[in-house]
Amino acid sequence: MVQPQIDRGIGQGLVKGLSVTLRTMLRPAVTVQYPHVKPDLPARTRGVIALKEENCTVCYKCSRECPDWCIYIDAHKEAHEPAGGGRARSAKILDRFAIDFALCMYCGICVEVCPFDALFWSPEFEYAEYDIAKMTHEMDRLDEWTYTVLPPPPLEVGAEETPS
Amino acid sequence: MIEVLAQSAIDDLTSNFWVSLGLKTVIVLGFFLSVPLVVGYMEHKVLAHMQARLGPMEAGAFHGWAQLIADGVKFIQKEDVVPTAADSTVFSLAPAVAMIPYIVTLVVLPLGPTAWALDLDVGIFFVLAMSSVGVIGVLMAGWASANKFSLIGALRAAAQLIAYELPLVLAAAAIVMQSATMSLVGIAEAQSNYWFVLSQPIGFVIFMMATVAELTRPPFDMPVADSEIIFGAYTEYTGLKFAFFLLAEYGGIVVMSGIASVLYLGAYQALPGLSFLPPPLWSMGKIFALAFIIVWLRATYPRLREDQLQRFAWIALTPLALAQILVVAVVKVAVR
Repeated sequence: MVQPQIDRGIGQGLVKGLSVTLRTMLRPAVTVQYPHVKPDLPARTRGVIALKEENCTVCYKCSRECPDWCIYIDAHKEAHEPAGGGRARSAKILDRFAIDFALCMYCGICVEVCPFDALFWSPEFEYAEYDIAKMTHEMDRLDEWTYTVLPPPPLEVGAEETPS
Repeated sequence: MIEVLAQSAIDDLTSNFWVSLGLKTVIVLGFFLSVPLVVGYMEHKVLAHMQARLGPMEAGAFHGWAQLIADGVKFIQKEDVVPTAADSTVFSLAPAVAMIPYIVTLVVLPLGPTAWALDLDVGIFFVLAMSSVGVIGVLMAGWASANKFSLIGALRAAAQLIAYELPLVLAAAAIVMQSATMSLVGIAEAQSNYWFVLSQPIGFVIFMMATVAELTRPPFDMPVADSEIIFGAYTEYTGLKFAFFLLAEYGGIVVMSGIASVLYLGAYQALPGLSFLPPPLWSMGKIFALAFIIVWLRATYPRLREDQLQRFAWIALTPLALAQILVVAVVKVAVR
């Protein structure tokens, strides 16, 4: 078996280190000048959690699964008579849906558990505030963020279409 | 006629002792308060780019050129904290003791064949003596802070400066032997044929290493090792006093680079064929080149351990410097 020959002259490592730093200095820096230049983020960046209000059925799954209890949901029941007659049907109406992004740890469990595609990862990220209380963003803001969510990727070849 | 009169009036004025003293003081102080800032800015930028970053970009609109001025303004605004247990007189005096030696050293630094504030016969002796006064400021700071980290840092600094003062002095002694003068201007003039870095390259390397250690700059920054002892002797300092220590550090880089350029790179002596550039430009160019090397070393090498640092000084640098002196002495006698 041939031993790998370690043949380093005195100070060769020192010189190599100097050359590394010098070469790095002569290459352009990778820094993005953020407020002046928008960062080039992937389209499916997990920047913030967005809510598509119409899809929400007020099942509370997200708020119960949330590890740090940062989702606030208020709703009430409304009964309405079906047009064809019969007993009154009740439906839950969403009054308030808010996420406290000062608490949120971006685990994405709410997005995973949502059974009706109401919660999405949105690439928006510029929602910092000067006051921690203002970090609780309400429904209207959460809804705006869905505008930049991409449609879901096409199914894999051979995958079964779900009946719609 | 009027020009001649004006010229003679200017000559009269500058030959007046007090006027020339005032002028020289202003120029030396101005130099000390401006050039270290340029070196500090260079360090910001060079260090950043060596780590694939940009460094300061906002202050002053163009590539953050005013960053250090902004830092200075910030330091002035900060609260000047003196710890309750501290010896407040010594504590307040320490930054000045650390900084003034470097200002004084600038007085004998020649920037051109006629551009110096004072041509001392014992120039290099004066410089080395002054540069070791700075450590007293660090010791004072460490002791007066009444903080264990400060004290450890100060004692490390003292041990390091004693260890590295020796190779520094020995390397400088070899230069004095070769040029047969201790005056910095004389040493610069003695290099009109060739720079001493060509005849004493090992001495140059020893001198630069000892300089980096003297300034407690990385990789020899055990006295301020932030991961172990916070910031060594400067731990308790805030505001303007801390700024003075920083200024002393960067002033020290400028002064020691200047001394190294006088001893080894011929100060204001131009490279052959390039003598159309003015001598002060050569001096400043060499000072900045050496300062760049000091920053480059910081960006490249990790910190030495305390025992490695001491062993390196006593086992490697000092014998090497002694051997260098021996060789220079033998050659000097043999050539004569």
